[in-house]
Amino acid sequence: MSADAFFTTVRVLPEILLLAGACVVMIVDVYAKDERRRAAYAVAHATLLLAFLATLAVVYESGGVRYEVLNGLFVSDRMSHLLKLASYLAVSAALVYSRQYLLERGLLRGEFITLLLFALLGMMVLISAGSFLTLYLGLELMSLCLYAMVALDRDSPVATEAAMKYFVLGALSSGLLLYGMSMIYGATGTLDISEVAAAVAKLASSEVERSFLVFGLVFLVAGLAFKIGVVPFHMWIPDVYHGAPTPVTLVISSGPKIAAFAMAVRLLVNGTPALAADWQPMLVLLALLSMALGNIAAIAQSNLKRMLAYSAIAHMGFMLLGLLSGWSAGDGANAADAYSAALFYIIVYAVMSVGAFGVLLYLSRAGFECENLEDMRGLNRRSPWWAFVMLIIMFSLTGIPPTAGFYAKLAVLSAVVSAGHVWLAVAAVMFSLVGAFYYLRVVKLMYFDEPRETVAVDGPPGMRLLLSANGLALLAVGILPQPLMAVCFAAITGL
Amino acid sequence: MDAPLLSLAIWVPIAAGLAVLAAGGERHAKLQRSLALAGAALGFLVTLPLYLQFEIGNPGMQFIESAPWIERFNVNYHLGVDGISVLFVLLNSFITLLVVVAGWTAVETRLSQYFASFLVLSGLLSGVFSALDAVLFYVFFEATLIPMFIIIGVWGGPNRVYAALKFFLYTFAGSVLMLVALLYLYFASGSFAILDWHKLPIALGTQVLLFFGFLFAFAVKVPMWPVHTWLPDAHTEAPTGGSVVLAAILLKLGAYGFVRFTLPILPDASRDLAWLMIAASLIAVAYIGLVALAQTDMKKLIAYSSVSHMGFVTLGFFIFNAYGVEGALVQMISHGFVSAALFLCVGVMYDRTHSRMIADYGGVVNTMPRFAALMMLFAMANAGLPATSGFVGEFMVIMGAMKANFWLAFVAATTLVFGAAYTLWMYKRVIFGPVANARVAALADLNARETVVLGALAVAVLAMGVYPLPFTEVMHASVNDLLRHVALPKL
Repeated sequence: MSADAFFTTVRVLPEILLLAGACVVMIVDVYAKDERRRAAYAVAHATLLLAFLATLAVVYESGGVRYEVLNGLFVSDRMSHLLKLASYLAVSAALVYSRQYLLERGLLRGEFITLLLFALLGMMVLISAGSFLTLYLGLELMSLCLYAMVALDRDSPVATEAAMKYFVLGALSSGLLLYGMSMIYGATGTLDISEVAAAVAKLASSEVERSFLVFGLVFLVAGLAFKIGVVPFHMWIPDVYHGAPTPVTLVISSGPKIAAFAMAVRLLVNGTPALAADWQPMLVLLALLSMALGNIAAIAQSNLKRMLAYSAIAHMGFMLLGLLSGWSAGDGANAADAYSAALFYIIVYAVMSVGAFGVLLYLSRAGFECENLEDMRGLNRRSPWWAFVMLIIMFSLTGIPPTAGFYAKLAVLSAVVSAGHVWLAVAAVMFSLVGAFYYLRVVKLMYFDEPRETVAVDGPPGMRLLLSANGLALLAVGILPQPLMAVCFAAITGL
Repeated sequence: MDAPLLSLAIWVPIAAGLAVLAAGGERHAKLQRSLALAGAALGFLVTLPLYLQFEIGNPGMQFIESAPWIERFNVNYHLGVDGISVLFVLLNSFITLLVVVAGWTAVETRLSQYFASFLVLSGLLSGVFSALDAVLFYVFFEATLIPMFIIIGVWGGPNRVYAALKFFLYTFAGSVLMLVALLYLYFASGSFAILDWHKLPIALGTQVLLFFGFLFAFAVKVPMWPVHTWLPDAHTEAPTGGSVVLAAILLKLGAYGFVRFTLPILPDASRDLAWLMIAASLIAVAYIGLVALAQTDMKKLIAYSSVSHMGFVTLGFFIFNAYGVEGALVQMISHGFVSAALFLCVGVMYDRTHSRMIADYGGVVNTMPRFAALMMLFAMANAGLPATSGFVGEFMVIMGAMKANFWLAFVAATTLVFGAAYTLWMYKRVIFGPVANARVAALADLNARETVVLGALAVAVLAMGVYPLPFTEVMHASVNDLLRHVALPKL
């Protein structure tokens, strides 16, 4: 093996390991007749651990330099490493949190674990995409696994309906995305994202070419908006969050958001920076609508999963504010600040979301779904610790210091203000104010109201540990945000 | 190497609060109480050197601590106090100690969370008064909402949920706009250091916009008319300790914000818009004074009285002379003592009869003579009687107003009439007259613990009224410096 080939292999090692691990899980699951799926779980966790270590090895080996491997199809840069590490954590949290829940409902089948690992593989390919081709490949791998996971509980009509909706709208959005890509390909003659960027920069000066490119760009942004889940392409989010089994909702609300962020960066920041003046106003519209609709519609929800779905829409709108503040009047001096703010936001959001659904899973038990607001009633009486963890998560989602959510908002708002959109920042904080109401309502139910039931709150020890760490991490980042912020900034400067 | 006194003032109560929380469970009530008392006492002790070692005559910041915190945004853990803020740190730790003692038996449920909330709140409040970095300030400023929200909502009265949500959303609404203003200043100056902003030149139009950004945050907190409506609800529904801290300390955050941010950073806008502030203040003083007269609930009455008294504070700030500003600061401290004492008095009666209604009392002096005597003192102080702390601040502000404009002073002076009327009329109805009912007849006089708490406040009120120099000499240099600064245009 030549040295070049060796390094190429090293850089895609995490993906290779994950693929192998997912296949092993599939085989192990066929032979192991254990209803707790101990073997499959062990292999899955081992795979994640190996992938984690392999990614760390890649980080160490690359020394922060950006590499394009496999003829430019695959990019290995600091952002991809960071996002992959975050995805591993999100997926392993999903595995730990969902085990008891699935077991109690007879849903703990090998498919869940296998599909989850393949979805993760899709996310990783998407995160590292260096070409429209790999990007689409990763996206579809991820999405197809998720469609199937939503329908995991096949006897549930709600879940089936959600899966159908998700599939149809997801397919539509993939179509839009492909159409946009084909337009850009038609104009530039290449699928490679860095070559596209160079070609677009050259073509953008001509009025005719530019309008053609922008035509394609509109479809790219629309497809992207579907995947991120922002208004007016958000319709699937509440139904899917609500209809899917809670562990699957947890998965959809974390890893795929991270991957969709990466997709936005690859397509817009890496691929079409020369058209920033065109896509930024589109994102302004998406962001404003999402924050407005997400925050206002969330107030009307009595189902906690639906409320968190609208909250996700609002949060993604807020995150877009970071992406759209990079360039102002042709000056990209703040680009790294703005994009790293969005990156910080999406990572913090994933931690919050995993935590919130984790608490729901923890409170659910055989024959009882914790998914309505009412189910949180009097939690402080039943279990002060879990009420406290949920309190941190809710205040973090609101954006109250000293929680990580505040610094996420602070970073994004500072990017918005530095880009000169003070009015946008004012609108954003006003919508967060609206949002405060429904998060506070959860705190109110937990702390101010009397419990309806007195069943003790208990769960497996591994989950207790991880979920506590999850909640406290938000507080820790809230008190010392610098390390994570610095990592995010470094990741963006390595693009 | 000096001890990091300000850090201790912040983190000792917070650590104590966490310790109390860790000793959770209904079984360890005794341990939780002792821990809370020890934490509050220690928290008070570590703030004493701030006053004793304070260098009088130095207008600048003292006890400075600075360490990098968020390098990405050039944010520092930067603490320091000057003559304006040092007294509030002390007031805060003093009131917290009293609240812990007063709450000894007031709460039966979730005792550890109760004490922990107050201790954490106390640390955060010290942080607000000593932060010299805008992000640090904002973090402390906002974080105080969480414990207060819990205090009102968990241990409050029947309508506590409404009051807690209203309190939170009102305050949050104000402060988010301030956040945008802070970020704007950051991009104008490249730093979050508040003292750097004092020197930053800003165009008048921008100053006016920023002024309103800050105004909303601070006006809600003060609270100024017409954004005061959350206060009567929050005060009425909060448990006694919550009302005390709310009145004595939390209301001071808004007023403090005006002196720390609005006046020195935006002097031109402040001067241009002083008419607006003065008008709102006078309405608070006169109109809210009349509203207080009509109350039937003692806590509501004291709450409206607070709004009226805080109107004096904002009036004092925006007439831009030394009497006015110093008088306003004295008024803030005095109000901290007096309103705390009055809420504790209502708490004493409430603990015994579970009613806050004036109509449910009458003739309390017959059964609680010691209590009646102490409450008399606080009522007089609230009315602004000479030789009590209430007089000093009001007198100075009226003097300052007189220097600015006779009619200002005239309207402001109506408080002497209204204040006396609503306070003493309430006192008369509750304390004097024949014993109203069987519940009043069964009242027991103050126990030793309550006597100590109210006695300590009585000493403070009298000392400040008779000999205010120890309070005013500390703030003198800083106030003069502030006024010099405000007088200079920085367009």
